[in-house]
Amino acid sequence: MPVDAPSVPNGAPRTRPDRKSAHPRRRRVVRQVIRYTLLTVGAIIVLFPIYMTVVNSLLAPNLLDRQPPLLFPVHPQWHTYATAWSQGHLGLYLRNSIIQTLIIVAGQVVTAVLAAYAFAFLRFPFRRTLFVVFLSTLMIPFEVTMITNLNTVNSLGWYNTFQGLTVPFLATGFGTFLLRQAFLQIPRDLEEAAALDGYGHWRFLLRVALPLARPTVAALAIFSFLGSWNQYLWPLLVTGDNNNIRTVQIGLKALQGNQLQDLNVTLAGAIIAVVPLFVLLVVFQKQLVRSLTAGAVK
Amino acid sequence: MAPAEVGSRRVARRSRRLREAGLGYLLVLPALSVFGVFVFYPFFRNFKLALYQSPPYPGLPSHYVGLHQVGQVLTSSNFLQSLVTTFLFVVLVVPAGLLVGLFLAVVAHRKLRGIAAYRVIFSSTVVTSVAVSALVFYSLMNPVVGLLPWLGISPHPPVLESTTWALPAVAIMAVWQFIGLSFIIMSAGLQSISEEVLEAARVDGASNWTVFWRVTVPLLSPTLFFGVVVATIYAFQTFGQIDILIGYQNAAYEHVNVLVYNIYTTLVYGENSGRAAVMSIALFLITLVLTLLQLRFIERRVQYAR
Repeated sequence: MPVDAPSVPNGAPRTRPDRKSAHPRRRRVVRQVIRYTLLTVGAIIVLFPIYMTVVNSLLAPNLLDRQPPLLFPVHPQWHTYATAWSQGHLGLYLRNSIIQTLIIVAGQVVTAVLAAYAFAFLRFPFRRTLFVVFLSTLMIPFEVTMITNLNTVNSLGWYNTFQGLTVPFLATGFGTFLLRQAFLQIPRDLEEAAALDGYGHWRFLLRVALPLARPTVAALAIFSFLGSWNQYLWPLLVTGDNNNIRTVQIGLKALQGNQLQDLNVTLAGAIIAVVPLFVLLVVFQKQLVRSLTAGAVK
Repeated sequence: MAPAEVGSRRVARRSRRLREAGLGYLLVLPALSVFGVFVFYPFFRNFKLALYQSPPYPGLPSHYVGLHQVGQVLTSSNFLQSLVTTFLFVVLVVPAGLLVGLFLAVVAHRKLRGIAAYRVIFSSTVVTSVAVSALVFYSLMNPVVGLLPWLGISPHPPVLESTTWALPAVAIMAVWQFIGLSFIIMSAGLQSISEEVLEAARVDGASNWTVFWRVTVPLLSPTLFFGVVVATIYAFQTFGQIDILIGYQNAAYEHVNVLVYNIYTTLVYGENSGRAAVMSIALFLITLVLTLLQLRFIERRVQYAR
């Protein structure tokens, strides 16, 4: 091939427009097909693990080790879902996760809105210093503080309580930063007009600033929702053998048996835990995307 | 204006300022007290704990061992191996996770019929939580259940107990779980690039391939940078996946013992929060260095659109 090689770079730009005009339709169809093929390959990569989980959750234990593996649920065993629900106490754990998550989301939104308002609209000594203090919390990963936090929570008598699960996470440096940025976008004129109308700070916050910053508040809420729903290490530390307070993440681990007999039930539990979140994803996709990209620089 | 009037105005302005400052502190206070108790106090207490040998629960006696413990931990093979494992894990997860996300974002960028469904699918792993993803891959990598034996992959010991394969197995799971976030970040980045710039390059005769590498990727560099930061944080914080897929009792445990997992096991099973505190400080310093490196990188290499 060494003889042909040099002619390719020279020939390519000249022939390309010709080809394009000769078969524009065919070219487009070919491109479409390639694109859909790639999309479908991607979708299979993403969905295959979940699909196999659904299949395996419905198989009878003696079919799980079939060779080649069954790709469809033959004789689906729907009762595995009922068993996972009752044996794994999933109703209780899901309720606990929801309570824990709602407390953290509400707490983070409230404390962040208040602090961000102060940083954006009020003048007070050491404001810049305090803001830097807030930002510095972003540099300290949670894992660095957990030793003493475990200690603190234990001495407050908060082991196995919702306080223990949530209170350490009721403030967010990242969220405060985001909301401050959003508040700073609000035009000065609006602030002055509101002042002329006799609006105090609270009224301005609730009637003007918050409604204008609603997309950012939603973004922060979703961000902290995913974060706290996904928590694993901290709930593992502060909820012990007491079943009544465990979150669903820890509950799923407890459902994971070592017997092949139980695998379908374990997987049914995983599917039960993920379905509500899939529904939320479909409903809130736009807001989710905005919240997860909020930290990227424009 | 009479002097008295000026004076009273000044007083009024002063009291308004005081009230504003008071309100400011009041509004900052809730968040600040949470940070004080649960971020700064425990952060600084690590430096004291590092000098003591102490059990993790209150009320039990601890005794002073001094800097000796710090040196001992930092040079221990347990800690050093944990560092190597963490970096290996980051190397396995970050580039792969970002590349898959970028690939899917590029493929899903054009408006086609049904594209919305594909976008939901690609971002879906964002909501598959730690425990769910771990259980999903626990069955996929099971030595008996279907897949791996069928593919002819049946090493002894099995993948999830193998000192060689356990970490790559966790990494594959982590990459899969990271696809959703990676896709969302990359898509947002692609959408921020103006179509006109790309069209201009095409008019100049550049092929799609050239446009992608010479125009799209440089314009995407802030996004890529953000993605690297997010992915690195994600990889560093991997804990639940390891706990469920491998676990403390596993033969391969020492080979998946990333720093965060090591802190946890040292605290809970090692019964010594002093050792764990030394590792926490190390974790903090590594995070700090990474952040500073990334800041330097952003200044030098990243090309901004404007």
